[in-house]
Amino acid sequence: MLNFSDLLPYSHLLLQGLWVTVVLTLYATLGGVAIGTACAAGRHYGGKALRGVIGGYVELIRNTPFIVQLFFIFFGLPAIGIKLTAWEAGLLAMLINLGAYSTEIIRAGLAATPKAQVEAARVLGLNPRQVFFRVVLIPAFEKIYPALTSQCIIVMLGSAVVSQISVMDLTYAANLIQSRNFRSFEAYLVVAAIYLLFAILMRQVFEWIGRRVFRHRRKAS
Amino acid sequence: MIEFTNWDLLRNLLLATRWTIALSLTAFIGGALVGLLLTAMRLSGRRPLQWLVRGYVEVFQGTPLLMQLFLVFFGLSLLGLDISAWSAAAFALTFFTSAFLTEIWRGCIDTLPKGQWEASRCLGLSFQQTLGRVILPQAIRVALAPTVGFSVQVIKGTALASIIGFVELTKAGTMLNNATFEPFKIFAMVALIYFALCYPLSLASQRLEKKFNGAR
Amino acid sequence: MALVNIDQVHKYYGDLHVLKGVDLKINAGEVVSIIGRSGSGKSTLLRCMNGLEAYQEGAIIVDNKEVSSDEKQVRLLARSVGMVFQSFNLFPHLTVGENIMLAPKLVLKLSSKEARELALDKLTKVGLAEKIDEYPDCLSGGQQQRVAIARALAMSPKVLLCDEITSALDPELVGEVLRVLEQLAADGMTLILVTHEMNFARDVGDRVVFMHQGKVWESGPAKAVFAQPSTPELQSFISAVL
Ligand SMILES: Nc1ncnc2c1ncn2[C@@H]1O[C@H](COP(=O)(O)OP(=O)(O)OP(=O)(O)O)[C@@H](O)[C@H]1O
Ligand SMILES: [Mg+2]
Repeated sequence: MLNFSDLLPYSHLLLQGLWVTVVLTLYATLGGVAIGTACAAGRHYGGKALRGVIGGYVELIRNTPFIVQLFFIFFGLPAIGIKLTAWEAGLLAMLINLGAYSTEIIRAGLAATPKAQVEAARVLGLNPRQVFFRVVLIPAFEKIYPALTSQCIIVMLGSAVVSQISVMDLTYAANLIQSRNFRSFEAYLVVAAIYLLFAILMRQVFEWIGRRVFRHRRKAS
Repeated sequence: MIEFTNWDLLRNLLLATRWTIALSLTAFIGGALVGLLLTAMRLSGRRPLQWLVRGYVEVFQGTPLLMQLFLVFFGLSLLGLDISAWSAAAFALTFFTSAFLTEIWRGCIDTLPKGQWEASRCLGLSFQQTLGRVILPQAIRVALAPTVGFSVQVIKGTALASIIGFVELTKAGTMLNNATFEPFKIFAMVALIYFALCYPLSLASQRLEKKFNGAR
Repeated sequence: MALVNIDQVHKYYGDLHVLKGVDLKINAGEVVSIIGRSGSGKSTLLRCMNGLEAYQEGAIIVDNKEVSSDEKQVRLLARSVGMVFQSFNLFPHLTVGENIMLAPKLVLKLSSKEARELALDKLTKVGLAEKIDEYPDCLSGGQQQRVAIARALAMSPKVLLCDEITSALDPELVGEVLRVLEQLAADGMTLILVTHEMNFARDVGDRVVFMHQGKVWESGPAKAVFAQPSTPELQSFISAVL
């Protein structure tokens, strides 16, 4: 009953789609974590107004569906003069989304840094910026690294939705293929498997990076 | 073009919100029941069952919810079942929810000291008795906050049912947008309604977290 | 036949050979202290006696029942063998009374009323009758451990296993727990204790078993063993701890 051979002629579409998903994920991960770091620092050290704005952003994003954020950006923003291509809108939605989640995750990491360590660094004569990067940020990242990387994978999986505004990602490829060969189930099954493998691969890569970057901790324990 | 007042828009969106709520409740309750079953299987100590649960969780956490929706929708019709968008969405979201809840609860149960299992065993309690009388009552207190927190993900997940044509809040939004061409206003309204549904649950989850972490 | 018969028991954790042919017989009413260095296998031996750990060779028979870690067998053994842990392992969501009543109700099928009477009786024995409706968190460590003893006693075991049950306690709380054990010994309870309380082992125990490298290295009447240890290993152990 299942017939996968009808998919073969379309394998190049799958590869192109996968490439788009990979690129979107890469940009979103780098940019989203950067946004998250900045916002987390702002929320941790900033004044009341800044903290309020960042808090509002985080809660608004975390409590609305990604697809609505995407539609708002792609369909809604042109109404106030901001026109984006589908690809730009998709990436922007992913950035904003991951930015909000990673703000919350990184903030928890910052809050968990013991006060005594900050004081010790101050006493040693490090300036506030050195204290932030050397003493607070790195250990905080180490602590929240697993949560942060899982969130990146969640955002990658969520990116399937950008196909709905015609970003030609992996899911878009599946939609296209099934509209041509009418093998919907097979097409989505194969694409779901590709997502699964990509998610597993991402986890391996993140673990590998984590082992390299946070090596000193492994030796100690 | 039909004229819609703001009130008309809001009223139509709120009517559709009922379906978002119904789908969320169905998925959450169904997912909790399946998750409970999976959790019991995982704790049973039987290797094949544990692998099964692990594979299940891995698959549903490692693939997009959208794919799960499509697969249930097209898979069941491939089997000759004429399935409505509602049932496809309800099934897919139930599987999705159960996988995440199983994983959340695993974490909660694993935080209980091993001694609780051992003491129960030494007192002659059966597996079911240990689970029901000793482990779950304690795990529930720990699990409450993250479980409530996850309900937010379920509500947001129901938005994807719009893609297979189920008319809930998001679908209503796109339909109204097609009729009125006021995307900025409409999607802002849609977002705010989701926010109104989700934010109280997020707050409740944070409160519970504080309460039980403080109590320990 | 002795109450506890351990015959050539071998236990491995993967490649690690932890018990290397342990032989031990313990009669009803005996109070036996197991002493030895950290890692010598004392806890492992104790946990093999009620099926918490599986052993790979030999046989353990307690109260005429073969010990195995099979789920059914462990449950059956729970009626003959009680255990008290270093970390109490009370159920924090249940009151003291409920902790004690749980197993008698579920396993022995006592009515609530019978179970409560039983709980009150055992709590009286450990001097905590007035705490029956408190939660474990409100009790001191020593009190919690006495409740754990009462909980084990409520199943009317033939033998009570205690694994360093005073080691987690503040020094000033150790005495109250030891006094409960002393009382149990006087009542004729069979006790097998892994302990670092050498004075207790010598003065209250009938017999001392010295474990070394996964074997019973030396054993004999408590006072004699302490007065005249015959192996150099026990000599050095005693001089190190006393
Ligand atoms: N679950 C386990 N897995 C692997 N090895 C274990 C395990 N439990 C104990 N061991 C090992 O078995 C050996 C004996 O341990 P055991 O706990 O019986 O020693 P012990 O005499 O009770 O020591 P202590 O006085 O420290 O409690 C030790 O080398 C220990 O590392
Ligand atoms: Mg030990």
